[in-house]
Amino acid sequence: MRIDQQGLRRRVEEFLAARDPATSDPQEFLRARYDAGLAWVSFPEGHGGLALPRAWQHDVDRVFDEAGAPDNKRNVNVIGLGMAAPTILAFGTEEQKRRYLRPLWTGEEIWCQLFSEPGAGSDLANVATRAVRDGDAWVVNGQKVWTSSAHNARFAILLARTDIDAPKHAGLSYFLCDMADPGVEVRPLRQITGEAEFNEVFLTDVRIADSARLGAVGQGWAVATATLNNERVAIGGKAAEREAGMIGAVARTWRERPELRTPDLHDRLLRLWVDAEVARVTGVRAGQKLAQGQPGAEAAALKLSFARIAQQLSGLELELLGHEGLRYSDWTLVRPDKVDLTGRDAGFRYLRAKGNSIEGGTSEILRNILAERVLGLPPEPRADKDIPWKELAK
Amino acid sequence: MSDLNLLSTEIEDDLRSTVRGLLRDQCDPGAVTALYDGDRSTVDGLWKTLGVDLGLAGLLVPEHHGGAGASAREAAVVLEELGRTAAPVPFLTSAVVATTLLVHADADDLLAGLASGERTAAVVVPLSTAPDAELTTVELADGRLTGSVPSVAGALEADVLIVLTRETGRVAAYAVAAADATITPVVSLDMTRQVADVRLEGAEGTLVLADAEGAARAALDAGAALLASEQVGVAQWCLDTTVAYLKVRRQFGRVVGGFQAIKHRLADLAAGVESATAAARYAAATLAAGDGDRVVAASVAQAFCSDLAVAAAEEAIQLHAGIGMTWEHPAHLYLKRAKADQIALGTAGAHRARLAGLVGLQGAS
Repeated sequence: MRIDQQGLRRRVEEFLAARDPATSDPQEFLRARYDAGLAWVSFPEGHGGLALPRAWQHDVDRVFDEAGAPDNKRNVNVIGLGMAAPTILAFGTEEQKRRYLRPLWTGEEIWCQLFSEPGAGSDLANVATRAVRDGDAWVVNGQKVWTSSAHNARFAILLARTDIDAPKHAGLSYFLCDMADPGVEVRPLRQITGEAEFNEVFLTDVRIADSARLGAVGQGWAVATATLNNERVAIGGKAAEREAGMIGAVARTWRERPELRTPDLHDRLLRLWVDAEVARVTGVRAGQKLAQGQPGAEAAALKLSFARIAQQLSGLELELLGHEGLRYSDWTLVRPDKVDLTGRDAGFRYLRAKGNSIEGGTSEILRNILAERVLGLPPEPRADKDIPWKELAK
Repeated sequence: MSDLNLLSTEIEDDLRSTVRGLLRDQCDPGAVTALYDGDRSTVDGLWKTLGVDLGLAGLLVPEHHGGAGASAREAAVVLEELGRTAAPVPFLTSAVVATTLLVHADADDLLAGLASGERTAAVVVPLSTAPDAELTTVELADGRLTGSVPSVAGALEADVLIVLTRETGRVAAYAVAAADATITPVVSLDMTRQVADVRLEGAEGTLVLADAEGAARAALDAGAALLASEQVGVAQWCLDTTVAYLKVRRQFGRVVGGFQAIKHRLADLAAGVESATAAARYAAATLAAGDGDRVVAASVAQAFCSDLAVAAAEEAIQLHAGIGMTWEHPAHLYLKRAKADQIALGTAGAHRARLAGLVGLQGAS
């Protein structure tokens, strides 16, 4: 029998009554929570869930957090929880689900994403990393880039080309790659901030068992599309508070430092404050639409606004700071575990925000998506769509 | 402040389709364009159908005064549809702004008249008045009202004028029969909401509210909050019409809407309309709920939607190109409405300046 939201709350409370978070071993606690179906409640029974509505998750997490329950590395295993897990659930065999999902959710195994390549950015279907069949395994060679968490990750979701004679979308397959394989080399990729939040990953004769292939051979593009769509569902979560994020940092400086104010900066700040507030309300409305099952253009539209507002605000903040805006906290190469877009100083925020209109779909590609999928305007010409991949100009 | 519903309810959807259907039948773009050549024959009949037959004149009048007792949410739905057609009816001026003031005054007789649609009212201030601006008043001497107020919207359609006076610093509201005032029509940028100069020369007035400043500002605030929905309607028409045209218009052997330079502009506009809709719905929802955030929400909505509607109309003209510059094509009706709406009830800049005080982001002292 399906339980209601109150029944769910009761289960959480009973679970917590049986296991005091303060005295339990964190790993054992998380495994038990998974086995009780209280990990991701929308997942099926037996795989950490109870097949309940996704919207109820927030309440469950809140009760566990308030009880001081151990954290499953939610902020570090972003790719694993947000992208790999739903894809494994949708396309994985029972055996794959059983092997990968539990340690993924508990944070024992961190995941990363081996999708983008130097020659496959916006045009992701052009990946050139090759996977060649060898008995009951695949041998993989190629180079991946923009891989966050690769240096901490135990596994990766990997998109590779298994058929060079097929057109580019049809020759791809999707694998679950063990990052401990000796053929995997991770190098930090230093960004304009001085940090290396991302990595380059070189794959040399990496062996992946055929049992670690997700979906059929040649079905990689459909599986990867499902992964990327999950990236967009994330916006349905908790509604942001007013002045959350970049606007909060700039507004704080403005209020604390009246001597820095000028009429020009005031006008620009107020325009951006309004834009940020409207983006917040648009996000609340998008979440309500999603909860009602009417997904729309909001995710792409919101990301466009978010990137523009963050870039303009962080630029404004440096001008506001005057001579202090000439300083930068630290150019040392560090490899952070998680992305903090509004952390550190104003100079870092300004430089990091440049990535907002590039990562997760450039603003130009998002405009194409909005124009084509929402407004129904003609698609861009795709001259390479039906040509065997090996014949395309490289 | 986040649990307010920003989507339409089923009842609101029904109201929308009723109003839309009626406007489709009775608000022909040709008849609206004729307003610019001095033919206002469409106004009275359309307002009677919407106001009386459909009961929209009394939408915001409480039930105990004979009205529908609906909320700002329903009024927002109506205004979106009126914006979509640039409809020349005094809904905003009478059924929203004047009604809000009279509800604060608990003016029973006047509200009953407004609710039935027998009477139409207008608050006599320039249409450009922001909710926090200096209020334009007339002189009161020996019980008679004298003064003139320029660029008043809704006065031409009104039979009752609500004028403001200031005595020893206190604002009072009086009702004056339109017949006792000189109402001079002004050739207006937006003839679908034509303004008029109102002149009183010793006119007789009936006291409506002795301490009316709060009520007047609440009325202007309600107007500003809900004007945003009209602006959304204008912008949505501009986007929809432009997209539809560019899917069929061909040049260089291609559909013009397939050029990426055009697609990107339309994508940005679509994102803007989506955002404006959220801002307008939030303003209406906070107003309907009496939420403490309603004043900020109204100014945020005006600061965003008024410029967005103008941008949408300007894009509609540019992307329609030659045909968009013609008198025959309705795009100009929306440009004129959008530009006048941008000035109405405070410009975007005026609302940003107000927000600075409301949210603690004052400028250099």
